[in-house]
Amino acid sequence: MMKEAVFIYSEEQLKYKFHDEHPFNHLRLKLTYSLLKKINAINDGHIVPPRMATDEELLLVHDPNFIEAVKKAGKGELSNDLAESYGLGTEDTPIFPNMHEASALLVGGTLSAVDYVMSGKAKHALNLGGGLHHGFRGKASGFCVYNDCSVAIKYIQEKYNARVLYVDTDAHHGDGVQWTFYDDPNVCTLSIHETGRYLFPGTGNVNERGQGKGYGYSFNIPLDAFTENESFLEAYTKSIQEVAAFFKPDVIFTQNGADAHYFDPLTHLSATMKIYREIPKLAHKIAHEYCDGKWIAVGGGGYDMWRVVPRAWSLVWLEMTENSNFYGKLPEEWIKEWQTKAKVHLPDEWDDPENLYPPIPRKAEITEKNARTVESALLPIRNKK
Amino acid sequence: MIVEEIMNTELSTLSKDDKIKDAMELMREKRIRHIPIIDKENHLEGIVTDRDIKEAGPSIFHSDDCNDILEQPLSSIMSTNIITGHPLDFVEDVAAIFYEQKISCMPIVVKNNQLVGIVTQTDLLHTFVELTGVHQPGSLVEVKVRNKRGMIYRVVSCAHKCKANILSVLVYPDKKDEDFKIIVLRVQTMNPLRLIDELEKEGTEVLWPNLPGMDA
Repeated sequence: MMKEAVFIYSEEQLKYKFHDEHPFNHLRLKLTYSLLKKINAINDGHIVPPRMATDEELLLVHDPNFIEAVKKAGKGELSNDLAESYGLGTEDTPIFPNMHEASALLVGGTLSAVDYVMSGKAKHALNLGGGLHHGFRGKASGFCVYNDCSVAIKYIQEKYNARVLYVDTDAHHGDGVQWTFYDDPNVCTLSIHETGRYLFPGTGNVNERGQGKGYGYSFNIPLDAFTENESFLEAYTKSIQEVAAFFKPDVIFTQNGADAHYFDPLTHLSATMKIYREIPKLAHKIAHEYCDGKWIAVGGGGYDMWRVVPRAWSLVWLEMTENSNFYGKLPEEWIKEWQTKAKVHLPDEWDDPENLYPPIPRKAEITEKNARTVESALLPIRNKK
Repeated sequence: MIVEEIMNTELSTLSKDDKIKDAMELMREKRIRHIPIIDKENHLEGIVTDRDIKEAGPSIFHSDDCNDILEQPLSSIMSTNIITGHPLDFVEDVAAIFYEQKISCMPIVVKNNQLVGIVTQTDLLHTFVELTGVHQPGSLVEVKVRNKRGMIYRVVSCAHKCKANILSVLVYPDKKDEDFKIIVLRVQTMNPLRLIDELEKEGTEVLWPNLPGMDA
């Protein structure tokens, strides 16, 4: 029988860990799972443990020498100079023991999600351990070693011959995925992010539209710093609807980075929990409208792991299971269990208060500028109509 | 950087006996705005720009009765007094000539006027974009420092302390206060927080993110 949704998870995924002070920390997965448990929104029947991606699968995207280097690094056998040329051993992606196995497990989790959805065993699947969209073919970048999104999309193409719409709402541009499929008209990428004017990785301009046969199949919406909920959601709603109508995908793949929140230490957008209610809702609707429900979702960034990520990611799962009617207080047991370990005060409600941050000067101009960015990003497909 | 490294060498050229119509078609097809005119031995004889064509061409208000204009040879409209460059010229010098002479392209020639390449405004702009380092993943940090010696050293030392690989450094004067200058660093990291912290400890002012009317 077809399941509504599966949740790819095991504590093994927490082994993708650089060190205690590193902003990327997959304890987020456990915090989210724990929150979903406490509200009885998840049970053992939903859980699918991730598998390891094979070398052959990683090779769909990655360079064999890079994979060798990661394997060696994880065993402490890679020289510093060589490591640096592969983006390893840097402040962003330090070397840690068994990093190949930990990274391949995150990729394998996303492949499990793909198999469940594409073989019809589940309508939707969520692997919050994935979403490592900065990984390049032969180089680690921006906290990402292997790029599970790119590998999974190639895997969908090879094994299921389907056309994929990739939607990335992480505050950072989904560069690794964009460049992997830049010349491919059968994968359409849409990334909505804070402008790369200051923020990593610096790319994701409106004029990056693809090349060769893939020209016109990459969409980028770079939002101004300090963008707030309404403007973010307007950009998201317009772009995902129009791009989906243009591309008519067989399956939708969403990257759900949760770092556009006001609290996030690495970015400068001013969104609140409101966008994390709306983002999965519309993705879900589009999956049913165009893809017979086929929706694969992964995690991504999110560096306020206590106050933002568990709530935001729970909302993805709650939407997937059509169980999103959670408002008001968070379960006390969850707060009690984690407050002692958190360095910040945990939120007590699902939604953020109205006055979370002081008013943003020039709000009207930021909104106007974002609206123009959306116009210009969508202009080619509007002209085609 | 020298011109040879940035010039276009796949050239679309015509001869002075070709017609205005041919130039219009070539510009449209290749999406270019400048066509060098050469003889059979590849010597540069002139240049035709989209503006030459627009000036010569019939107005859209009487396009029908002026078709013979398009049949005229290019020798009738091409410029022959051309500013040319050499493959070993410095890109900075070429940029200055573009600015001073208000030109938008420069044919590159060797020996007796043998055409080997062309540099356009677009190429210069692309080179500048590369200098700013935006073609590699990184974060941008802007700092305001006093306009005196040793300041870049201090800023760069902070980056070194944080093991941050610097992709590019730009320095420009602070337009509002000549006692200061602004250093723009592009660093290969997704997490510039430690670097910003170091820079602030060093006493520099980090303008990041810099939105008018906003106290960051």
